[in-house]
Amino acid sequence: MTPLNTAAREQLPSHESLVDERLVRWYFVTALIFLTTSMAAGLLVAFQLIRHNPLSGIEIFSVGRWRMVHTNAIAYGFLANGFLGCLHWAVPRLTLRPVADRRLSWFIYAAWQVVVGATAIGLLLGEAQGLEWGETPVWIDPLAQLGLLLVAINFMTPISRMNGPVYVSLWYFMAAFVWTFLTYAMGNFVPQYLVGGTTAGAVGGLFIHDLVGLFVTPLGWGLMYYFVPILLKKPIWSHGLSLVGFWGLAFFYPLQGIHHFLYTPIPMFLQYGAVVSTIAVELVVTTVIINFFGSIWGNFSCVKENLPIRWFYTGMIFYFLTCLQCAFQVTLTFQKVIHFSDWVVGHAHMVMFGVFSMWIMGIMTYLFPRLLKRDWASRTLCEWHFWLSTVGLFVMVSDLTLLGLFQGWSWAALEPWDASTDFSFPFWVLRVIAGLAMFGGLIAFLINIWLTWRPSSLPESATPARLATA
Amino acid sequence: MFESKSGILWVAGIGFFLLAFVSNAVVPALMYRHIPEQTVAQLVNPNLRYQFEDLARRYPESFNTAFGQPPGGAAADDDWWNARCADALRAGHRIYVGEGCWHCHSQFVRPVSNEDKRWGPVSRSAEYQNELQRPVLFGTRRVGPDLCREGGRRSNDWHSVHFFKPDSVSPASPMPEYPWFFDGSPDRPNERGLAIMTYVQWLGSWHETYPLYEAWTPSPLTIASPEEPAE
Repeated sequence: MTPLNTAAREQLPSHESLVDERLVRWYFVTALIFLTTSMAAGLLVAFQLIRHNPLSGIEIFSVGRWRMVHTNAIAYGFLANGFLGCLHWAVPRLTLRPVADRRLSWFIYAAWQVVVGATAIGLLLGEAQGLEWGETPVWIDPLAQLGLLLVAINFMTPISRMNGPVYVSLWYFMAAFVWTFLTYAMGNFVPQYLVGGTTAGAVGGLFIHDLVGLFVTPLGWGLMYYFVPILLKKPIWSHGLSLVGFWGLAFFYPLQGIHHFLYTPIPMFLQYGAVVSTIAVELVVTTVIINFFGSIWGNFSCVKENLPIRWFYTGMIFYFLTCLQCAFQVTLTFQKVIHFSDWVVGHAHMVMFGVFSMWIMGIMTYLFPRLLKRDWASRTLCEWHFWLSTVGLFVMVSDLTLLGLFQGWSWAALEPWDASTDFSFPFWVLRVIAGLAMFGGLIAFLINIWLTWRPSSLPESATPARLATA
Repeated sequence: MFESKSGILWVAGIGFFLLAFVSNAVVPALMYRHIPEQTVAQLVNPNLRYQFEDLARRYPESFNTAFGQPPGGAAADDDWWNARCADALRAGHRIYVGEGCWHCHSQFVRPVSNEDKRWGPVSRSAEYQNELQRPVLFGTRRVGPDLCREGGRRSNDWHSVHFFKPDSVSPASPMPEYPWFFDGSPDRPNERGLAIMTYVQWLGSWHETYPLYEAWTPSPLTIASPEEPAE
């Protein structure tokens, strides 16, 4: 980026006229409430598996229903709210134009909480739809669809009014607004009303996959392309690799959905296609990872002090591991063993928590001091948040991956079914411990936010301008 | 195109998405268009009717409260049983989805990993072409066993006790208890209990080799330990 001269800088719109900071704060706080709910739900399920569920036999705490709350609260409560908060910061600052309408922003905020809240209540009342990651009861789907349309309009307005070159982040954001809308429509309406049976399975696979690949992934990478150069104070290493990364993802990612249902009655040639494009996307991912590590090359030691950068790059390492794992597990050879097993559960946690939640945590760690106009109350709690989350996740994923192999081999060897739940027990206990560590990290973060936010922690000479523009 | 707004929106956003949708969803839809989709009423078969009537014999009070009594007369009775059975199947499916059973129990048999030895014949597309597979319940995780050949394997009494308190018949089972399917004890299933049992007994009941019992022979892969006397 070329440095702006003083005259040009004076013409820039002020930060306050671009970013509705109160809205960003509300999005972040709401996201954290849903994350807490989701992790508590996850722990409930984990305790059920080791047969120590304290709420056993109470209908409203039915583990199967809370399992769906766990995943939906992460996807629509935490990630969606977290991303929307980040977008309300990043998009206006990138385009130098405010969103279409601030009242619309607040309406979307409120409407989205109604959607997520109604989803949770619907699930707890046993009204789920039989679509993984899309269990949202069918009567909420149209409202959610409308919400996604409004989100796209609200953010596409400043982007469309902007002139000049379009930065990488905006490629990802623009594509994500289109993809999320289309993915949600495809997954929630097509297999419910238009097609049945095996074809519905193919669409369901596309939906599970596209929700991660076309909603979460482009928003996550778009935000990385925005925040990483700002924090490192230097541009992304290679523009060419950025192009390869975006277009490779755009082409290969949507083609892979069926790899979630290998060896089903879905036509085999479609399964092969999904496998090949999955392996192809791993090569694309490698170029993106190289690009980001090229960007930080030479001053990697800043991860010691710079917490957001540490969160981002830890997430990227997990991203690389996830995608590398994916290139192997998607092969039919691996599928024979690991499909249906806890390997897949470990993989899902590495993606959703190890990558995207970590990135949002990093962005929150960076933005909360700017939104509250004061430094973090406790650096120690920030460190606890990071290390408990990272170590907890690493232990959980290793544990479940190994367990998945044992389960798959046990089933293929035709051992009695009970054997697989019996030897899973110690692994499931370790998973509870790892989950408690991750939950502890979140609690440290929440305490830190509360300590920072209290009026008494406001410094004598607050310097909001410096913090906001830093 | 690669860095322009229209290129990204039209080619990457809409174009690539549609390409994937056509190749991965429209293609199988066209391939299977000749397989008719069965309604729930069409899914009621003699095997399922036997299990449904068995529920009425075992739990007469519960059954009367939930479904009432047949009107009398052979033809009218037959229609009544079929209609009530379809109702129970539909309700059972709703419970199966709502309770998230499908997150721990898959419903398809793969042609690999000795699955046909444990569960029975490998799944075929036509088996999924019915109203109760909207959306399809393949499932992605097996904490408990696959259920697509479960019908008829175990008695209604077994299922009743198992839903009420799984580890009383399946020691150390991590499956949750479902006391809200019952009025206080396993011999008094309520409407929901009868419905979910009907649904579970339906699974695989259409199959020509029904019921499919899990093979209890020792695995061919294990080698008898030297201490055991040879038979």
